[in-house]
Amino acid sequence: MKADSPSFFSLAAGPHGTPTRLPRWGPRHSRRELSLMPRGTPPQRGCRAGGPGMAAGALCVFACLAAGLAAAPDGGLDPATLLKPLADQWPSYSGDYTGRRYSALTQINQSNVKSVTLAWTSRLAAGAGGGGGGRGGDGGAQTIVGGEGTGDVVVGGATQIKGAVLMVNNVLYVTAPDNVWALDAHDGHELWHYFWKTKGGTHIGNRGVAMWGNYLFFVTPDDYFVSIDARTGKERWHKEAASFAQQYFLTSAPMTIGNHIIVGTGNDLDSPGYLTSYDPETGEQQWRFYTVPMNPGDPGLETWKNLDAARHGGGHPWIPGVYDPETKLYIFGTGNPTPAYHSKPRGEGMDNLFTCAIVAVNVDTGKMEWYYQTSPHDTHDWDSAQTPVLVDGTFRGSGPRKMVLTASRNGYYFTLDRRTGEHLVTSKFSEAVNWAKPQLNAKGQPVREPAKDHHIAGALVSAANGGATNWPPPAYSPDTGLFYVPTQETYAMYYLSETDPRGAMGLGGKDEISVGSAGSYISAIDYNTGKTVWRHKFRSTRGAAPSGLLTTAGKLLFGGDISGNFVAFDPANGNSIWHAHIGQVSNAPETYMVDGRQQVLVAAGDTLYAFTLYQ
Amino acid sequence: MPSRVRHTSLLVAFAAFLIVVATLDAQQPPGGRGRGSTITSPRNAYPDRPPGDPAAIERGKALYSVNCQFCHGADTRGGDSGPSLLRSGLVLDDRSGELMAPVIQNGRTDRGMPKFAFSNDQVADVAAFIHTFRAAGYDESRVKPPSIVVGDAKAGEAFFNAKCASCHSPSGDLRGLATRISDDRLLQQSWLMPGSGGGRGGPSPVTVRPTTVTVTLPSGERVEGKLDRLDDFVVSLITADGTHRSFRTNGDTPKVEVHDPLEPHKKLLPTYSDADIHNVTAFLVTLK
Repeated sequence: MKADSPSFFSLAAGPHGTPTRLPRWGPRHSRRELSLMPRGTPPQRGCRAGGPGMAAGALCVFACLAAGLAAAPDGGLDPATLLKPLADQWPSYSGDYTGRRYSALTQINQSNVKSVTLAWTSRLAAGAGGGGGGRGGDGGAQTIVGGEGTGDVVVGGATQIKGAVLMVNNVLYVTAPDNVWALDAHDGHELWHYFWKTKGGTHIGNRGVAMWGNYLFFVTPDDYFVSIDARTGKERWHKEAASFAQQYFLTSAPMTIGNHIIVGTGNDLDSPGYLTSYDPETGEQQWRFYTVPMNPGDPGLETWKNLDAARHGGGHPWIPGVYDPETKLYIFGTGNPTPAYHSKPRGEGMDNLFTCAIVAVNVDTGKMEWYYQTSPHDTHDWDSAQTPVLVDGTFRGSGPRKMVLTASRNGYYFTLDRRTGEHLVTSKFSEAVNWAKPQLNAKGQPVREPAKDHHIAGALVSAANGGATNWPPPAYSPDTGLFYVPTQETYAMYYLSETDPRGAMGLGGKDEISVGSAGSYISAIDYNTGKTVWRHKFRSTRGAAPSGLLTTAGKLLFGGDISGNFVAFDPANGNSIWHAHIGQVSNAPETYMVDGRQQVLVAAGDTLYAFTLYQ
Repeated sequence: MPSRVRHTSLLVAFAAFLIVVATLDAQQPPGGRGRGSTITSPRNAYPDRPPGDPAAIERGKALYSVNCQFCHGADTRGGDSGPSLLRSGLVLDDRSGELMAPVIQNGRTDRGMPKFAFSNDQVADVAAFIHTFRAAGYDESRVKPPSIVVGDAKAGEAFFNAKCASCHSPSGDLRGLATRISDDRLLQQSWLMPGSGGGRGGPSPVTVRPTTVTVTLPSGERVEGKLDRLDDFVVSLITADGTHRSFRTNGDTPKVEVHDPLEPHKKLLPTYSDADIHNVTAFLVTLK
């Protein structure tokens, strides 16, 4: 779609974006040379390594040939590691690029999981005081303080770990809003703590760091993109990634793909969503992709009332996507259109592209290759931002087929062809959802029933605002062929509280009052048919949403229930095999090897729990 | 909020229901955003602009009303021909007219906005006035819900007689219901799912009759009491004498029977049409 024209530049031709090892002359030389160039040299069109003069021109050729990999890092995390199937380490948000959260590890498996025991816990303390990891033991490491704020903004509420924890070379990298910690994976003790003094912004969660070489990248609620040295916790630089005055807030985990670090926005006040790709060395912008039309002639503009509506249309990609190295497509979900509930200013019944959609952009150019909208003209603030899952397999007996699977917050499940975006399957994975007409349209999309928008007298709608599922990530096991989705079936009355359509901004204009839940589940879906093969209903009469999920070649499915239990299920049928009550699981579990021993790591609030097997 | 209902046989709160959704972590926070330097919740995350000079705001208001209001609305939320300024990225990023000046002074003739021969000081005055409007999704001052009673009371009475009368009676437990719960929306929420009426942080008008549970042990012993906690692995209850008892469960052993007073309300939930709901409310508001 559209790029930010003044600063947009292509990475040009070549086998770029594929983080395979390059000939020695490629990356190393160009990197060393480049480091001699003056800081702040503006990038030239067609080459990331632009600079004045002949030498720079020659470098440009090198860099362009070397393409997306122009600067493979020394030490730390090699981006090529990210291409490997998930096993010994956990080097990115989903562990690997597929988003399956399927680990090849089998040391802990169905036959021995009942002997799993606690290896360590680590309780983290956010803020300038730091001291995390030490409350139960030997004290925390020194806190390194950065940030543009004055330091007097008090962020209330308990520390919550709601994102991925990277595990690279036996070190864990953990985040909460404004905070990053490095912990020793052997015992969870703190190596360093970085704290960002905030100017403010919505402190709802942070989904983790990205890593490239020895550099870490994370984003802040007051809209900075920050790089720190993974070895020391010292800041390298920070860049303004969005407008704080426009009330953007950043929560997503950046994604490392080749020499791109990709960051998505968040905002609840009618500002446009976008992805930005940054250079890992310099933090310079490589490209920007807006998820809504920003200029006359942009694709999708015909699906909005007018350009002003489109430019305030939201569609924030606030959860990391996945990557297909074969097609070089970064595939991600977009959030709700805005104003979220008062949809008239967006154009009655118009689709509002590319909000609530699965979108594929070329990772080197930032240009859109395809999209599929899972909620045309959403009126309930149900994002489609959930991490999609890439699966290779037979489809209805033929194949192999390259697919992308997603279960949307609106209660519908989709199978798409990930090379083209072709629609293959739609199904309802929540029996309760009632916001759409009974029949799908010709494209396989659910069709909004306007009577189930918000109304003055109230409309009884399932799901409640949180949706049938939300950001907690799903998982897929190639052993069972099943796609696992944390699910809840909730009801709410949606009342219109603002009758002047000009009056509503962002999430305003309605009151939503819960009337309860018909249950919380893990749903296991067959991607060939969209049918739910089994679902595990949690017996509790109260509680929160189920957590994100992890599955392994050890024939296990891990997740948190709605009652504070961390549970190992049988992925074939959903029966629980092992559990420990640790408090409400607040992220998705992960697994990796530390010195030959498998750990399963999970967070509950401010505390990490690492489980292992002593045999 | 109305005072608490004394007759609890009808309206039994089940606070846990509220918790189900309230603890959900959606990306967006509920509620509006207040301002201030202390972030205690996502609601008041963004600091205020410093207050403008009152004299400049007055001058700007006069200029705005004459030159801008027709297209952009008296409240800056837009009019027929001009977009909302309140959510404009340029206006939000502007501090004191420096970003607005080129637009005002040059116009956006391609989009129908003429140029205005304002001096930079005049632009700054207009900016000071525009910046007095608060950019937020929730503007409590504008939230004035009209009456929610739109249904047909006769149809509602018929529905009531068919679906509710086996447990409830207008002349019995529901006598004076609409007097006890004078807020119509709260009344609607309270009959739909007792306990759900409080809305955003407000109290529920009904008190709770607790869920009870019966546990039948393999020995045949039956233990009954108020449900404390139930998950896939443990059931906990408090017996009539106040004793707390917990049992590990494994599948269907021991047998656990939950007696949820709201079960009939839950079962009806997927069956209502919105018209049913509005009609029943129109009927119940007559029970003064």
